[in-house]
Amino acid sequence: MASVEFQNVSKSFGAFNALPDISFSIADGEFVCLLGPSGCGKTTSLRMIAGLETPTSGKVLIGGRDVTYLHPKDRQISMVFQDYALYPHMNLADNIAYPLKVRGEAEDKRHARAREVADVLKIGDLMKRLPSQISGGQQQRTSLARALVYPSQVYLFDEPLSNLDAKLRLEARGFLNHLQRDMGMTAVYVTHDQAEAMALATRIAVMDKGRIVQFAPPIEIYRRPATTFVANFVGNPPMNLVPAQAAIIDGKLQLRAEGLDVTALPVSDTIARAVGAKSITLGVRPEHLRIARPDDSNVITGELFANENMGPESLVTIERKDAGRVTARIFTDDEIRVDKTVRLSFDAEHVTLFDSTGARIPAHGE
Amino acid sequence: MPFSSRIYIRRMGFSVVAALLGTLFALPLVWFFFAPFNARAELGLAIPAPFTFANFTTVFQNTFAMQALFNSLVQAFGGVVLVGAAATFAAYALSRSSIPGKSAVTYVLLLFSSVVSGSAAMVPIFLIVSAAGLIDTHLAVILVFAGGLLPTAMFILRDFIDAIPRSYEESAMVAGASPLQAFFDVALPVIRPGIVVVVVWAFVNIWGSFLIPFILLRSDSLMPASVAIYSFYSEAGTPIVTLLAAYSLIYSLPVIALYLFVNWKFGFRFFGGIKS
Ligand SMILES: Nc1ncnc2c1ncn2[C@@H]1O[C@H](COP(=O)(O)OP(=O)(O)OP(=O)(O)O)[C@@H](O)[C@H]1O
Ligand SMILES: [Mg+2]
Repeated sequence: MASVEFQNVSKSFGAFNALPDISFSIADGEFVCLLGPSGCGKTTSLRMIAGLETPTSGKVLIGGRDVTYLHPKDRQISMVFQDYALYPHMNLADNIAYPLKVRGEAEDKRHARAREVADVLKIGDLMKRLPSQISGGQQQRTSLARALVYPSQVYLFDEPLSNLDAKLRLEARGFLNHLQRDMGMTAVYVTHDQAEAMALATRIAVMDKGRIVQFAPPIEIYRRPATTFVANFVGNPPMNLVPAQAAIIDGKLQLRAEGLDVTALPVSDTIARAVGAKSITLGVRPEHLRIARPDDSNVITGELFANENMGPESLVTIERKDAGRVTARIFTDDEIRVDKTVRLSFDAEHVTLFDSTGARIPAHGE
Repeated sequence: MPFSSRIYIRRMGFSVVAALLGTLFALPLVWFFFAPFNARAELGLAIPAPFTFANFTTVFQNTFAMQALFNSLVQAFGGVVLVGAAATFAAYALSRSSIPGKSAVTYVLLLFSSVVSGSAAMVPIFLIVSAAGLIDTHLAVILVFAGGLLPTAMFILRDFIDAIPRSYEESAMVAGASPLQAFFDVALPVIRPGIVVVVVWAFVNIWGSFLIPFILLRSDSLMPASVAIYSFYSEAGTPIVTLLAAYSLIYSLPVIALYLFVNWKFGFRFFGGIKS
């Protein structure tokens, strides 16, 4: 296993600058998830680690060695491709065993090893089939098996579970998590799915338009999203964001917006400075909202828009008059009295504030 | 119902017209298979009576014509190997590399290829081949055909390779394969149906071509069958129909055999709007 480092890497395709300038370092044994919307440069970053794409400028290091211009075959990496890239003329056994064949392993030995990995991924019975004769989920697992069949410095995954059904995905996710704990693999894992990133990653890099917006452990990303973009991307459902007018009255922060009545937030210096700009965005996660009691002070009021029962909890969405929607996750056991007009409230300690540029304002006492 | 009877009439009309057209086109083919076995064959269609192999016996005694069949095989085989191999490598490079202006190269080549194998370029071709000292050799014929067919072959194959995802070779290289290994292990087997189409197309082209070997060759011992077929014309220039028919059938057998073999082994696939 080895570390991975990007030093001021940029990548342009012709006139299009896909990655303006990226630097990060991933320690040996870390499992890093690249999380971001479609087209933000996740696959491109991964391909530069693999050596399938050469940076326009900057350096790529694997295990401390400069590999910027090293051929992929000399990097000792494995990769699961977004489109699987299974060889259509080889059966699954040969597909999975191909990396071992290239390494000069004898046929019976490499097939035995391929079978071992395939069994774990529950495709052991399909070894004689061609890729065109198996389902999409099975193809994805074949591709995963081919990447895991030989020891590598770094494992690269490009949305390896996107095509699995919910149950298989959970299973495969658990398997990868176990593998990571078991062999301490260094992995870079691309995903759209924030829950997957949360579950697997030791650190998450949230990307937007070719930049890394935040690179931190999952819990940090969840608790202290660096920008409104991150806040809006992580969480299920994501954080509610309410733009509001701010004022400090009697040493307490007051926020005003349609349907919003916040009067008693503690004020720090940074908040005080940000309030100078008047406009502040209030962020509060759905799981921190509850149906308000009459005497609650931090309240959002709106008309009921949707009430989705998810088993143990319900997603209650309200619409503020002529303004955005706010979603709350409420335990079904709590007695929900959902009228036409709903009041939701939250505690001051669960509030995240963003300034007018969208950056998070450090909380009181941070 | 008036509605459905109209459809019936239309369908019947269509079938009748199709059958008539089909028969019209089938007649020469029927002649082609009947005449060789008829000792008194003429240009009219007749069922052989008696059925005889006499025509073939006479043709087999014509050593010039028999040698010519072998020469055709040599030239076609040589040309096909050269075109197939060169077009595969060239098309692969053109498809996968990022050479600026690579599609311009392909189109210009394609444009000139119709000139090279056409009669317009016969004089310069003759002069070049003669300067190279290759007049009256199999190699001359093979090289000229390869030059003429290569651009189109490249074009067909490039189209085919462009449609194959790069991630095949990329995943092989990530797995530790060199570019050459990735090409032979992964890319080549996937490209093979395209190569087969090109090979058959090139074979048929060379097999049926008259002008180029006629001009580049002198010795009877090197002439291909397309030229030797004229040895079944009388001094006066009229065809000896019986022998011509028998020889034509033999002459077409390799092409038919190739089609059947390829169809059995690979199955035909055509693509990209290019009619081969
Ligand atoms: N070969 C290329 N030529 C031109 N533009 C490219 C090329 N490859 C990628 N891009 C562009 O670079 C940007 C980043 O692409 P990339 O494939 O890395 O996105 P991604 O984050 O993996 O998206 P997705 O989640 O949809 O897979 C996109 O805008 C894409 O259009
Ligand atoms: Mg991608």
